[in-house]
Amino acid sequence: MTAIYILWLRELKKYLRSRARIFASLSQPLLYLFVLGFGLGPVFQRSGQGSYLQFVAPGVVGMSLLFTSIFSGIGLLWDRQFGFLKETLVAPVPRLHIMIGRTLGGATTAVVQGTLVLIVCLIAGFRPQNMAMLPIALVLMILIATVFSALGTALGSAIKDMQAFQLIMNYVVMPIYFLSSALFPLANLPKGLAIATRIDPLTYGIDGLRAVFLGTSHFALSTDFAILGTVAAIFLAFGAWAFSRIQV
Amino acid sequence: MLHIDNLVKKFGSVTAVDGVSIDVSAGEIFAFLGPNGAGKTTTIQMLTTLLAPTSGSITVDGIDPTVKPMEVRKRFGIVFQDPSLDGDLTAYENLELHAVLYHVPKHVRNERIETLLKLFELWERKDSLVKEFSGGMKRRLEIVRGLLHTPKILFLDEPTLGLDPQSRNQLWTHVKQLNASEGVTVFLTTHYMDEADRVAHRIAIIDHGKIVAQGTSQELKTQTETDSLEAAFLKLTGTTIRDERAGAADQMRQMARMWRGR
Repeated sequence: MTAIYILWLRELKKYLRSRARIFASLSQPLLYLFVLGFGLGPVFQRSGQGSYLQFVAPGVVGMSLLFTSIFSGIGLLWDRQFGFLKETLVAPVPRLHIMIGRTLGGATTAVVQGTLVLIVCLIAGFRPQNMAMLPIALVLMILIATVFSALGTALGSAIKDMQAFQLIMNYVVMPIYFLSSALFPLANLPKGLAIATRIDPLTYGIDGLRAVFLGTSHFALSTDFAILGTVAAIFLAFGAWAFSRIQV
Repeated sequence: MLHIDNLVKKFGSVTAVDGVSIDVSAGEIFAFLGPNGAGKTTTIQMLTTLLAPTSGSITVDGIDPTVKPMEVRKRFGIVFQDPSLDGDLTAYENLELHAVLYHVPKHVRNERIETLLKLFELWERKDSLVKEFSGGMKRRLEIVRGLLHTPKILFLDEPTLGLDPQSRNQLWTHVKQLNASEGVTVFLTTHYMDEADRVAHRIAIIDHGKIVAQGTSQELKTQTETDSLEAAFLKLTGTTIRDERAGAADQMRQMARMWRGR
């Protein structure tokens, strides 16, 4: 158990030491928040959907959770490149503990990052209906971060070079983001898009955040929780399996 | 301490290790030499539970690594061919992490870290980030880490690669000192024959996966009628250059080296 803790702590230390990265990864969600929030705002309002800033803020928080957690999982690739991975793999500790420590560490940093983005959204004018729901939002954020941190670990275990990293960015991370309903409402979508959004786990995360923050959502909050929880369990198992198969 | 009997490792149709038998006694410093691609690293990977043998048997301190990998892992320390430290952590944090992974009790931990860091002349830099360390300092820190959990056997896979003569000299002095004071068995590979000649009690030379000679440095010289270990080595393994085909792992290694600027 102490192995899980020390590897969790390592992820956290590395995150807190990379101040430049924290600021850099704040900038992208904020770009979406401000450019889309204020750029699409008037059109959104005219179509009778209310404030776009209100709508997109949970999506932007979801985005930062997705990016931070998946990249921390892929950090495995860096550990492989710089050799540290071997140090953990020859240690007299079950690989499952190593995987769990890393994955939870990655998820924790993502939640911290997501919280930072949420604070900036609040400063920018985002007004949640009910602040008392914040603890539930936090649980949702932890679930979202766990799902994608585990996915990142699975991907990081499978890929071996930096080129694959670009592929993952283009074919995994960006589609998950754009198909997640972060940027547009789920109602009245064309059939194909509707199906794609429902396969994307982030959809339920962001829908849940909207339920908590805005009181309006496409699915019931309990559905969002149930699906996210199930996916988190499946991805954790998948990540653990992929990690157990790493060859040095 | 280390018993290898008729060890074989095949990768598809390629036989990387072909019937290797070696015995290393407790407290011995044993050098395992051979040209590139001879099978040194593959052997070490099998001894250290990272690779399963195709056939043959191994025992480390009487335990079979294929049966009880966790037990074997507790008993050895290893310095890999490539650095395996976390550059974003301090020297002390790297060691602390290792101590936790190897279940070193808390009350022993700090004292052991201090003793070893002082011995390897790194104590003043214990709170510096490892990425700020020179190549020689990193190597020393890795040896400290390998010794931290008081292993019975220490594997050193080309630990002096890329170091200047001063650092190499200092590193071996420390290793010999620890071998004498703690009785830790050392199993090393190197391409520098003078190092093997100086530190190793016994030497085995491997080529094309087979052991071609085994004995003390003097025995190898007598056997080949040469006056230096280098000459003996060349006589035994020939003078042809071995070009390894770079696999994905090697390519990454090269890239990592480039990034680290060495």
